[in-house]
Amino acid sequence: MAVHTSQSVVKAAGENTARGRSRGTGTPPPTPGRLRRALSVHWYAWAMVAPVVVVIGVIIGYPLVRGIYLSLTDADERNVARSIGVNEIPATYEFIGADNYVDALTGSQFLGTLGWTLVWTVSCVSITFALGMALANILNRRIAGRSAYRMALILPWAIPGFVSVFAWRFLYNEERGLLNKILGGAGFDAVPWLNDPTWAKFAVIAVNVWLGVPFMMVALLGGLQSIPSEQYEAAEMDGATAWQRFRHITLPGLRPVSTTVILLSTIWTFNMFPVIFLLTRGGPGEATQILVTQAYKFSFEISPRDYAQSSTWGVLILVLLMVFAVVYRRVLRSQGDNW
Amino acid sequence: MTTVTDTPARHAVRKVRLRGERSPLASAGLHLTLITASVIAVFPVLWVLLTSLKPAKYATTTDFFRETTLVNYTNLIRDTEFLNWFANSVIISALSTVIGVFVAATTGYAVSRFRFPGKRGLMWTLLITQMFPVAVLIVPIYNIMSTLGLLNQPAGLVITYLTISVPFCAWMMKGFFDTIPREIDESGEVDGLTPFGTFFRLILPLAKPGLAVTAFYSFITAWGEVAYASAFLVGDENLTLAGGLQKFVNQYGAQWGPMTAASVLIAIPAALVFLFAQKHLVTGMSAGAVKG
Repeated sequence: MAVHTSQSVVKAAGENTARGRSRGTGTPPPTPGRLRRALSVHWYAWAMVAPVVVVIGVIIGYPLVRGIYLSLTDADERNVARSIGVNEIPATYEFIGADNYVDALTGSQFLGTLGWTLVWTVSCVSITFALGMALANILNRRIAGRSAYRMALILPWAIPGFVSVFAWRFLYNEERGLLNKILGGAGFDAVPWLNDPTWAKFAVIAVNVWLGVPFMMVALLGGLQSIPSEQYEAAEMDGATAWQRFRHITLPGLRPVSTTVILLSTIWTFNMFPVIFLLTRGGPGEATQILVTQAYKFSFEISPRDYAQSSTWGVLILVLLMVFAVVYRRVLRSQGDNW
Repeated sequence: MTTVTDTPARHAVRKVRLRGERSPLASAGLHLTLITASVIAVFPVLWVLLTSLKPAKYATTTDFFRETTLVNYTNLIRDTEFLNWFANSVIISALSTVIGVFVAATTGYAVSRFRFPGKRGLMWTLLITQMFPVAVLIVPIYNIMSTLGLLNQPAGLVITYLTISVPFCAWMMKGFFDTIPREIDESGEVDGLTPFGTFFRLILPLAKPGLAVTAFYSFITAWGEVAYASAFLVGDENLTLAGGLQKFVNQYGAQWGPMTAASVLIAIPAALVFLFAQKHLVTGMSAGAVKG
């Protein structure tokens, strides 16, 4: 279907060709150059992707390049171009090379935040995956009220994230929150959920797990349902125990789904802005600050706003994630996954 | 799995518990687990709903019902900018969704069907841009918007959200187009349609459910976006819902009455639509993600 330049009799008869003909791609010359030939074969594919390429180039590519450039300067609120009233103040920031990166990678703040971000990501993803897997396996059985349970368990996914986070802030409130009232009723002291570094870490992870389990569960449930039941029947004939069936049929059968959801949820969790930002603002102190929220803080919450530092952290986050995705893919490939 | 009970193995190997059969104790355990999990999943939402129906002074009491009233809702709508925020959110999310789907539709198709130079690069770009943390683009986009005078304008936020919705829509639609048999394209070709004709006349109508799901998902993403909205919008009447809700709960105190009422008004319509659409959501997501 490559070349649509000549019209067959049948095609010419139909009114449907109007669109094609009006494109006016003339017959290619007898000995076209490489580019020309490529153009005549692929022009429609390129025309179809052009809008996205333009959009990505203009509103993602250009800002990305600018962001990388800013990370190599000393730009902050006071020296970027801005307009105050009618006065245009030109930018006065300067190129300073890789200093920001050196500062970030040798200072304790970036590495400290990175450490907690990793703890946060790994614990959220592993707990979410384990719970999602357990619930998916239970829901995959024949059990009374299955669809009602499923509906209830999906609910956290259906609520806009920022609403859920505020609901949790309400529950976590130290003096008036429901959780502490329940604890108080049972004779325990109030827990400073969001005001103590350790409890705050626990609290943000709990909320993120609560938010993440439904997606994990539904995705794994879909995976479970795609495993042919003959495999289980054969294993039962051979006398495999429930654990053996899980270990040797379910886990391998879920592999394509699990590898994907683990990759996705790792990236999402690593970048999970709303939970931290709305629940604790990174506090108390900087205890729950992850890389993304700290980068945001540099450019929008401190004064003067430190655009250079923020961009530097942004670029470092992106690099980390891309390295992770590439390594992850390599590992899967070396284990024989067609990825 | 429904045939398990008929398997001869059931009688042959008595010690092994088959799938689908279990002791009453195990059944009780499973139900208990599911009930616990469901309560944990539903309760925070339910609690906010119940609280919103109590007068504000009882907001933090543990009674499930107390002088049930709609006063929080009427106050919210009368005394705050809630309706403005709601309208802002609807306009911004809808525009970024419609433009995103519109721009990305043909790309999803081209990537699904054709081999062409640059395809691999484009696929990678679409994938990687979805990994972009908000921190990479937010400063440059903020500065650009500031130069263009688009800060605090819905248009600025719409353009910004396109950075999320365009790659996402293209990627997800590719997944949906992949599920439409190629024979249809071939029949279009036989009938003399160009690739564009095939796409617009044959494939697009068939892909409508997929488009709807993609649109819905990118709408929800914009609806729930917090970082850009918090940074780019100031002034009470310009906020989106994500920014507006923050007004009620800050470090100085909390107005739980309007907060819970607003939460319910934001969450219930979203949840209803979501629960209605969720089956297709998962299909689309895994189609896009797993098949790569």
